[in-house]
Amino acid sequence: MSLTTTRRPGDRVFSGLARGAGLLILVALAGVAAFLTVEALPAFTAPPEALAGAADLLAYVAPLAFGTLLAALLALLVATPLALGVALVVSHYAPRPVARVVGAAIDLLAAIPSVVYGLWGLAFLGVRLTPVYAWLSDHLGWLPLFAGPASSTGRTILTAALVLAVMVLPIITAITREIFAQTPVLHQEAALALGATRWEMIRLAVLPHARSGIVSAVMLGLGRALGETMAVAMVLSASGVVTLDLVGATNPSTIAANIALTFPDSTGLSVNALLASGLALFVITLAVNVAARLVVARSQRSTR
Amino acid sequence: MSTETLLTRVGRLDDRSAPTRPLPLGRPRLPGWAAPVIGATSAVSATATGLLLGWSTAGITVLAVLLFAVALPLASRLAEGPRAARDRLVTVLVWSALGVALVPLVSLTVTVVHDGIGVVDAQFLTYSMRNVVGEGGGIYHAIMGTLLVTLAAALLSVPVGLLSAIYLVEYAGGSRAARVLSFLVDVMTGIPSIVAGLFAYAVLVLFFGEGVRMGLGGSLALSVLMVPIVVRSCEEMLRLVPHDLREASYALGVPQWRTVLKVVLPTALPGIITGVMLAVARVVGETAPLLIVAGSTDSLNLDLFSERMMTLPVFIYSSFTQPGVPAEYGVDRAWGAALVLIVIVVALNVLARLLGRLVSRRSGR
Repeated sequence: MSLTTTRRPGDRVFSGLARGAGLLILVALAGVAAFLTVEALPAFTAPPEALAGAADLLAYVAPLAFGTLLAALLALLVATPLALGVALVVSHYAPRPVARVVGAAIDLLAAIPSVVYGLWGLAFLGVRLTPVYAWLSDHLGWLPLFAGPASSTGRTILTAALVLAVMVLPIITAITREIFAQTPVLHQEAALALGATRWEMIRLAVLPHARSGIVSAVMLGLGRALGETMAVAMVLSASGVVTLDLVGATNPSTIAANIALTFPDSTGLSVNALLASGLALFVITLAVNVAARLVVARSQRSTR
Repeated sequence: MSTETLLTRVGRLDDRSAPTRPLPLGRPRLPGWAAPVIGATSAVSATATGLLLGWSTAGITVLAVLLFAVALPLASRLAEGPRAARDRLVTVLVWSALGVALVPLVSLTVTVVHDGIGVVDAQFLTYSMRNVVGEGGGIYHAIMGTLLVTLAAALLSVPVGLLSAIYLVEYAGGSRAARVLSFLVDVMTGIPSIVAGLFAYAVLVLFFGEGVRMGLGGSLALSVLMVPIVVRSCEEMLRLVPHDLREASYALGVPQWRTVLKVVLPTALPGIITGVMLAVARVVGETAPLLIVAGSTDSLNLDLFSERMMTLPVFIYSSFTQPGVPAEYGVDRAWGAALVLIVIVVALNVLARLLGRLVSRRSGR
């Protein structure tokens, strides 16, 4: 939208710089994929010694991918209803001053570094959940989820998922509360004028308006939960098995946690194997994020 | 439909409604004291049950909330009908969700402050861990490392992010290229931090060979995470600059680049600074990429371009997972460092928001 007719040299230089910076971002994003791929290639032919005993790369990454998905989905299962509740409190239930304080508190939750979450999950949450896990495996042991025997340290995939839930909660809350607050006031007042209770108004006016926003918020939370590293690496006592038992002493590891735990002491081809698993994580999170953003973009276009 | 049938229908309607009493305008409502009374009753009975069975405070609280969430809708259903009962149930659930969400925040803050406050003193902040076994030592090397790595990351990412934002707002203005870039920046915010670390490692390996560890790699990884945040916040701030200002400048014959530099940027500067501070606060606590490419060491290292460099988050991690012998000192130091890190992050957040509010009030937004 340049309003000048003659382009001066200064303009040309400056717009070139700006365009170059934009291009650099594209190059960086492509570079992440390219560099990871190049460094991951040798791992495809790596012998089992470099892959922690797995026969090939797929057998190496698959259990990790399983653990990653399991932890992330559990986290979302816990975080989504809570986040929607908190978002509703901020946008529709709490009086304005309370809502502001609550919003700031939840933002603070997002600002806390993941390593501190790991510390807290390991030294505080896990220890306190141990009796709960023992109870679960005693009374609900017939469910494969709580088969046990229960971990005595609390360093289970369920603890890791709960910590992850705390970490993705502010993300989902932040996005959904914005969208809840953007619900057209006329729709809400119309519902109330027809005699709807507050919940009926939310169900009839707010939730339908926010549906795609909720979906994309949950997917962005999923992206975060999939890639979260330190909290899982510290909390989980991982042994690389594939199991649905959530409270036992042997747990599946996640891609990110496995990289963080083994990378500092790895050499040679095992580094390439780790980079290959990182590439897998990158592709998974990229797909989730692209899908989430596409949902957002489509909903924005349709509401305009 | 003929007029006649219409009339008979209206007449029939009239006939039916004529003898009845007037419709009630209100509905029966629970009195205002009902909710507090039911709440108090739930709390008392939960406490009694809990004390009898020897439960913890957490168990008693959960039971009290559950009792309340059952009793209040039940009373409401009897007095006010099912719709109001559902409304009350949802209200209780929504507020309980908030309560549950705040538990970790409170518990985490209390734990970190409680376990960390005794450790932080002048020596803790000014000594490194070089040749320290057992008691003593500090996090000076980690603080300096975090400072240098984050500063370098900001130096790398702010120019790129700001210029990209200028491109998006001032030059590309809604073109296809701008939409693609904007979309990819959004996608880039979702890159896991560990992948950014691997990327930095993969880049450095090409130049320095296998097993490379240096502070600059950490900066590179952090800037991959920072750039999208900076672009987003700068873009938002640039869009807030009124168009009148730009047009006034053009009308005076000022070229576009000078308009951007002398008019648009100064107007948006406070907001941009706020955005950059928030971005720094976001990456200063990143652990995974630094663990991978900046490494971990006990000594002070001020050279970004060679050797391992300790940073605060990595210090917390390694001090807790490898506390040495006896373990208690290492664990204590981890909590102390966690407290320092949280204080830094919160201070950055608060400062940035204060600045933002101050500026927005001055310009009357």
